[in-house]
Amino acid sequence: MILRLAIASLIARALTVGMTILAIALSVALFLGVEKVRTGAKESFADTISGTDLIVGARSGSVQLLLYSVFRIGNATNNVSWESYQDIATRPDVEWIVPISLGDSHRQFRVMGTTRAFFDHYKYRQGRSLETADGVIMDDLFDTVIGADVATTLGYSVGDPIVVAHGLASFSEHKNQPFRISGILAKTGTPVDRTVIVSMEAIEAIHVDWRSGAQIPGQVTPVDVIRQMELTPKAITAALVGVESPLQTFALQRAINEYRQEPLLAVLPGVALQELWGIVGIAETALLAVSAMVVVTALIGMMATIFSSLNERRREMAIFRAMGARPTTILGLLVLEAMLMAALGALLGLALLYAGLSVAQPMIDSAFGLWLPVTAPSLQELWVILAVVGAGAIVSMVPALRAYRMSLADGMLVRT
Amino acid sequence: MLRHWTCGACFDVTDAILHLATVDFRWRGRSGFSVSVPNFAMNAGETVLLLGESGSGKSTLLSLICGTMLPDAGRVNIAGQDLATLSSSARDRFRAEQIGVIFQQFNLLPFGTVIDNILLPLRFAPERRKRAGDAKATAATLCTALGLPGEILGHRANTLSVGQQQRVAVARALIGQPPLIIADEPTSALDADSQAVFLDLLFQQTAANKASLLMVSHDPRLADRFDRVVRMEDIARIHRVAA
Repeated sequence: MILRLAIASLIARALTVGMTILAIALSVALFLGVEKVRTGAKESFADTISGTDLIVGARSGSVQLLLYSVFRIGNATNNVSWESYQDIATRPDVEWIVPISLGDSHRQFRVMGTTRAFFDHYKYRQGRSLETADGVIMDDLFDTVIGADVATTLGYSVGDPIVVAHGLASFSEHKNQPFRISGILAKTGTPVDRTVIVSMEAIEAIHVDWRSGAQIPGQVTPVDVIRQMELTPKAITAALVGVESPLQTFALQRAINEYRQEPLLAVLPGVALQELWGIVGIAETALLAVSAMVVVTALIGMMATIFSSLNERRREMAIFRAMGARPTTILGLLVLEAMLMAALGALLGLALLYAGLSVAQPMIDSAFGLWLPVTAPSLQELWVILAVVGAGAIVSMVPALRAYRMSLADGMLVRT
Repeated sequence: MLRHWTCGACFDVTDAILHLATVDFRWRGRSGFSVSVPNFAMNAGETVLLLGESGSGKSTLLSLICGTMLPDAGRVNIAGQDLATLSSSARDRFRAEQIGVIFQQFNLLPFGTVIDNILLPLRFAPERRKRAGDAKATAATLCTALGLPGEILGHRANTLSVGQQQRVAVARALIGQPPLIIADEPTSALDADSQAVFLDLLFQQTAANKASLLMVSHDPRLADRFDRVVRMEDIARIHRVAA
């Protein structure tokens, strides 16, 4: 009955109570949303590469190597010579090795030179392989396979010709050696979706007339001539390595890191990811703290609403007291109301989040390559809701204690 | 006199439902306003009209009787129980068990239904709830007896007219048969015709419950309905140091 009266009392003040609940709902949606994006981004990052034991590149930082080789973020400071690559590839503990050559682009997308082995060994999301949605893996020197996002963004289909630009965001294009799209990959939710893949030889081929990053003036080697040329790469950007046995991973890593002929770096993708989380962790915590502060602000807003309602509700409290209610009952009633508001707000916030998520999911995916799964509320989210209700109860103690003192002093008299 | 309750700790067993003896009460924080009541008693089943102008200490007296305030000296006995010997929460429950209260106006929780308002005191008084039997049926019977339409029970209190609200307040005061009914100017918000009807119903139902009625008013015209009329100035002394 007390609960029913508390609910009736809230309904009677529907406007202010509704506003308070809405404020709590928005703050909870923000908090849970930040958490959702945070874990979503983490999972999405962690899902990007699997099955690769080591990433090898020129000596720099492990996070940097991971970012440019796998996520196409940032650039390599140096290359790995073809000789060093061959040296590593022929080691007995190396089961497979895939070279990667980066540096060119097509529109806003990066071009990656690699070998067919990439399609065999690159795995994402716990061991899934790349598949073509349309067409086939490249066959010819000037064939290319493009990621799903490249195809949808630029409206490409199999057979279309594309021209690769030299460098990133550059105006100098490799016009003389146009490529033909041979296949389009199925969506993976990884940076592969935003990558134009060509063969290692093709990267060499389009740079035949280039020296030190600039086109040799006047020199245009015909495509037919290029096809006849020896197109062994001189250098690669990085390489993905799989070892024969997991036990050999660390020995191989050390061997590469101590390679005498060239300063190289080998990192374990998982370890590098952890290092990355360590760096972004501070920003993450700050973001979470800010959104938690928003929740606290909403709860303090609720406290203010309860405070301002106390005077007009003195009559109500006097009636309760005259009927035999103890001052603690008055206190409990106010705390109960606050908990109801906080619970409604938190649940509404959760509903808002999921509604917003299901609407915005495709947009977030296409804009940021971030797939936020709409799953049943996690245990953690339920804890957040409980915490909000608990915090609401604690915050409401301040006006509730005031009401307690007021009703103790007023008794059943009301001085209005 | 039929007694519906039992009281193990009673030491002053008389027939008085209410007895104030050498009571002294001083408002704290207010400059020297104090009330003293040397002796005032009411018999069980008696109806008493307490006449007093505003500022005569009526409200303070009612708070002392209801036990929301305690006297600085003297005793307040309700049904033989000295209120001062009870803890504050026991006093709150004792009030719920023994006293039905009717205010001047705004008696009801505006957002609650009529039935919720009527049953509210039972929530705090388990013995009174037992006496009420099937509480909802009892509430319905009381409402009918008070001339309220049956369907009103489910209505929200703030949809009722003032006259209806006062009758609901009577039903709430009477449910579970508390031995003492206290009414604080219950008719002052009503017009003359409604006043007469309201008082008829109040007396009829109080008598049916064999309850005592202490009604506070400033209107001496009501006097002939009551067993006894008491003037505030006859039973209480007000001291004001600074007016």
